[in-house]
Parts: sequence; C-alpha cells; structure tokens
Amino acid sequence: MPSQRWRDLAVQGLFAAGLLALLWWLLDVTATNMAERGIRSGFDFLNDPAGFTIGESLLPFDSADSTLWALAAGLANTLRVALPAILISTLLGTLVGLGRLSPNLLLRGLCAAYVETLRNVPLLLQLLAWYFVVTDLLPLASEALQLAPHVFLSKSGLSLPWLADGALFDLPLRGEMGISGGAAVTPEFLALLLGLSLYTAAYVAETVRAGILAVPRGQSDAALALGLTRVQLFRLVLLPQALRSIIPPLTNQQLSLTKNASLAVAIGYPDLVSVANTTLNQTGRAAECIALIMAVYLILSLLTAWLSAWLEQRSGRWAERS
Amino acid sequence: MRFPNIARTWPAAATLLLLLQFAPAHAGKTLDQVRQRAQLVCGVSTGVIGFSSADSQGRWNGLDVDVCRAIAAAVLNDPAKVKYVPLNAQQRFTALQSGEVDLLSRNTTWTLTRDASLGLHFTAVTYYDGQGFLVPKKLKVTSARQLKNAEICVQSGTTTEKNLSDWFKAQGIKIKPVVFEKFEASIKAFFSGRCQAYTTDASALAFIRSKEAPRPEDYLVLPELISKEPLGPVVRRGDDEWFAIVKWVIFALIEAEEYGITQANVDQMKAGTDPAIQRLLGSAEDSGKLLGLERDWAARAVKAVGNYGEMFQRNVGSASPLKLPRGLNALWNKGGLMYAPPVR
Repeated sequence: MPSQRWRDLAVQGLFAAGLLALLWWLLDVTATNMAERGIRSGFDFLNDPAGFTIGESLLPFDSADSTLWALAAGLANTLRVALPAILISTLLGTLVGLGRLSPNLLLRGLCAAYVETLRNVPLLLQLLAWYFVVTDLLPLASEALQLAPHVFLSKSGLSLPWLADGALFDLPLRGEMGISGGAAVTPEFLALLLGLSLYTAAYVAETVRAGILAVPRGQSDAALALGLTRVQLFRLVLLPQALRSIIPPLTNQQLSLTKNASLAVAIGYPDLVSVANTTLNQTGRAAECIALIMAVYLILSLLTAWLSAWLEQRSGRWAERS
Repeated sequence: MRFPNIARTWPAAATLLLLLQFAPAHAGKTLDQVRQRAQLVCGVSTGVIGFSSADSQGRWNGLDVDVCRAIAAAVLNDPAKVKYVPLNAQQRFTALQSGEVDLLSRNTTWTLTRDASLGLHFTAVTYYDGQGFLVPKKLKVTSARQLKNAEICVQSGTTTEKNLSDWFKAQGIKIKPVVFEKFEASIKAFFSGRCQAYTTDASALAFIRSKEAPRPEDYLVLPELISKEPLGPVVRRGDDEWFAIVKWVIFALIEAEEYGITQANVDQMKAGTDPAIQRLLGSAEDSGKLLGLERDWAARAVKAVGNYGEMFQRNVGSASPLKLPRGLNALWNKGGLMYAPPVR
C-alpha cells in the first residue's frame, strides 16, 4: 500500500532529522559554552609543532614535526600492534577452538583451561603481568645478551640491524647507556602483542567452537558414512558451513582487539591514545582530542565491519559452490 | 559483555564533556555558591605525597590540601568544610572549566598556554619546583648531559614530556622516552631496570628515591634542573572576586610567616601593637570587607593551617618524610622567592 509506505518513510525521516538536530544542538551548546568561558577551541593546534618525543615510532618522527604527524605516528603504532595481533589471535584461537572439540581428553582439557583462564582475567592485569615478567626476566641494557653479531637482547628489547637513512645498515652497538642504533622490538610492544593475541584468542576459540557445533550433527555422520576422512570432513563439510556463522562474531572480537590496544598507555607503548593523551595535556584541547580519537576508532571499526561483510558474502558463495 | 576500551579509558572525560553542555554558561558568584552549600569543592591530585594524598582513613593532607583548608577557613570559618575531588592530569582542567570544582589545587604548573587559552586563571605560586632526573649509581653518570641515547621513564599527562624533549634537543642529545599513564607503572618499570633514568619534578624525585627505591643508596638525583615548574592553585575565569579571595588567602599565609604569626600565637598576635599585623589579622581595620569576607579571614586561615612556613615544614619539609629543603620556597628576605604583596 503506497500511502502506508509514505507514512513509514515520513516517520523515519522525521526521526533521522530529530537525531541530527540533537547532535547539532549538542555541538553548538558545547562550542558556545566554551567560547563564553574563554576556552580556545578548534583544530588549529594540529599544525603546531608537537614538542614532545615519541619513544618508538614506525613513522619517522621528531619533536619539531606537527601534532597531526604525531597522531599519525600514534595511529601507525596502534596498527603495528593490532594487525599482527589479529593474525596471531585468529590462528591460535582457531587451533584452540578445534582442540576443544578434539576426541583427545588431555588436549580438550588444556584448551578448555586456556579459554577459561584467559577469558576471566581482566586484560589490563594480563598486560601488566606480561610486561613486568618480560622486563624482569631480561638482562639490563648494560649487560645485554649478544645473540648474533649486532643482535642484542636486553630490557631495552631485541635490537636488530636496520636500514639507515642512507643505503647502509644501522648497526646496534654497545654504548655507555646500553644498546644504541638499529631497530628494537621493545618489551612494551612485545607485552602488548602477546597480551592482546592470547586474550583475544580465547574468545576466537569459543566462536570457532560454536560455529562448528552449529553445523547439524547429521552432516558429519553422513560425510563419515560416505567415507570422507576427518580432514576432508572438516575442509569440505564443516568449515564452509561454519565460516558463515563464525565470521560476524569473529569480526566483533577483532574490533574489540583494536579498541583494547588503547590499553597500551598503561605499559608505556606509544599508541594513538597515548599520543593523543599527551597532546591533550600540552594543548588543553580536551574536546577536540577526544573527538579525534573517537573518529579514528569509528573509522577503523567501520572499515573492519565492511571488510567482514565482504568476506561473509564471499564465504556464502563459496559454501554454495562446494 | 565487553565494552569498547575507549569507554573504559575516557569515562570521566566524557562525563565532563557532558557537564560542559549543561552547566550554565555563567556559573555566577563562586563565593555565593560556596557559602550556600556550606562547602568548598577542591580539585586535588589522585595521590602525590606531600601535596595532596589521602591516608588510610581517607583524610586528605598535603600542601595543596592545606590551601583548600585555609580558603575554607577564611570563607566558611571551618577548614573541614571541603569536599576533595581527586582528578587525574587529563581531567583537571575540564573539571574546573565545567564548574565541578571551585578551585584546582593540584600541583599544576603555571604556563602561558594554560593561563591564556583554557579559560582559567593561575592565582599565585605555592611551590617553586623544577624537573630533574633520578639515575642508578651503577650507571656512573653525574650529569644529565651524559644521558646520550638513554631511555627515560616518564609519566604522561604533565609538562614533563615537553621539557624533556626541549632540553635534550637544545643539548643536541638524543633520548628515548618511555611514557606510562600511571605513576606506579612508571616507577616499577624504572626500578626493574627498563630505563636508565627517571624524570619528574624534583620534589617528587626525593620522595621516590627514599620511599620507592629497593635500596635508596643505589640511586642518585642528578644536579640539573631542566625546567621551571611554578605550581599553584587555579580558578575559572569570569569571577574576579573569587580569583582575588584565593590569591589573597595565599598571600596572607606568606605574609603571616614574614610577620612571625603562627598557628599557635595567632590569637596573641591579634592583641599586639604592630599595625601591619593588626591589619592582617583584622583587629584594627577591616581588610575582609574588601574581599567580601569577615574581618578575621586571614587569622582564621592561619589558625587552620599555620603560616606558609609551617605548612611547608609539616607537609614537605623537615617535619615530613620528604625532607625537602626550603630552597627557592624560602621567604624573599631569606634567599627564596616567596614574596607576597602587602595586605593594606
């Protein structure tokens, strides 16, 4: 009925307009109140020199570079830890999830214990524990272990030769302050990568287990009766069907992982939130800095969700084909 | 149910932003509000020994806390009528801007950016500090200039990171900061050997060395101070009367030390003959009415917390675990910088 449709559209349109008006009103009141109190606002500070140093950065960064570039370096550091952690947690989680379905009692028990322990201890505590275990175990920078020529391991991390500005290698050397030069995998990065991967893997394991258990039992029985091996059963029957129910919750886990990476500041890793925190304190632009962080995480999440939808569609097609 | 982390890291900040929406644009006279609710709301730190920290019974004490008590005594005639709101470095300015606190008395450095662009006024300096370094003696370093390529542990949310970067850049020395959000984590990382040096305000370094180090004699505070850190209470802009009250209560405490008025002898001094003392304590002319306070405002403040010198000794000086020397914080006529304009 067309008139019914128009009415629905009108109601939805009104609702959307109401939401937009509310948002605009919030922004307007904030801006007016800030102006009346003599609080400077705006994003002009992004072009000013940052004035602080970032301990480790994937992007070349100096304190004379702009604040925007500092935030970009922070974002690069977030991605530098989130992307490998997504990969590791997905692989490890899948293995543990399958382990929980194994006929082997010991393996099943170990995997169940892993999931229950890691899932039920707050991530922040796990990160701090990993960090202080890692730093306590390693030798002092002045007494670094030499693993190979120009490869050192110490509390400052794993120092490796790295490409220098010229074509030559920048070699780590022993100095008065410990190791200088080269590139280092720091204990902060390592603890964060380890903590995030292991924690998220526990959730991934449960998602994978649930996805496989969701495939009706009759399917496995039929496949085995047809003479398929266990590997074939898994690859041809279970996985294609399970994937469709695994991908959406798996995406949620990996989204959480990226957002959980913001706990980095607790263990001294300069991620986006850490850099934005420092910026906020130097400039006092609280509303702007928080808005920026929110926008960046929103964009990251939307990108991941979009990627997931695309994967889901593909896996659906794959399932129909096989 | 797991909430996204952003929501965990920024809840207070987000709440404060909301407060900015709904708080009336003109907060009105802070003095009237304080009197009406019979309570001063004072923003303090989440725990800096000697400046503002809560003991095991939840009682707040420290130099910054005494400033709140003195103002409550002057305004409300009761130093106990203070509500302390612990604020971290990220929250502090928004809490003041939004009207959640009447006064920020939280070891905050007076800088141009903060004074000119945040809608705030710094009132007076209650402690002259400077940024320094703590190093293990084993490192055999005697000057900060030797910290080439060193990794330096630092807590975020202060002016410290910028000073660190500025000073070493000027010296042409490269260093690597390792920035922690929480004080405890930064300290633990340093004492486990993660960094070759720790940096923060010198007042805190003395405490960290004596109370947090596994063996204090293994650590050394380097002689260089790389920055000026004048710390003092902050108020909102737009309420000049309140600004004046906070400023002059602090001046009165400094003035009291200069005249030898103490917590113990303030009543005796009232009856004395020195006109300057009589004016300050309100026994001759009424200096209080100019500020909108009672005539014995300064006497009440001194009676509550003692003069500035007594506050200093009790909280951070020789009578405290910090044992900091008066140094720059001595009176102007004793080689320091503490100088109050005259109460007249």
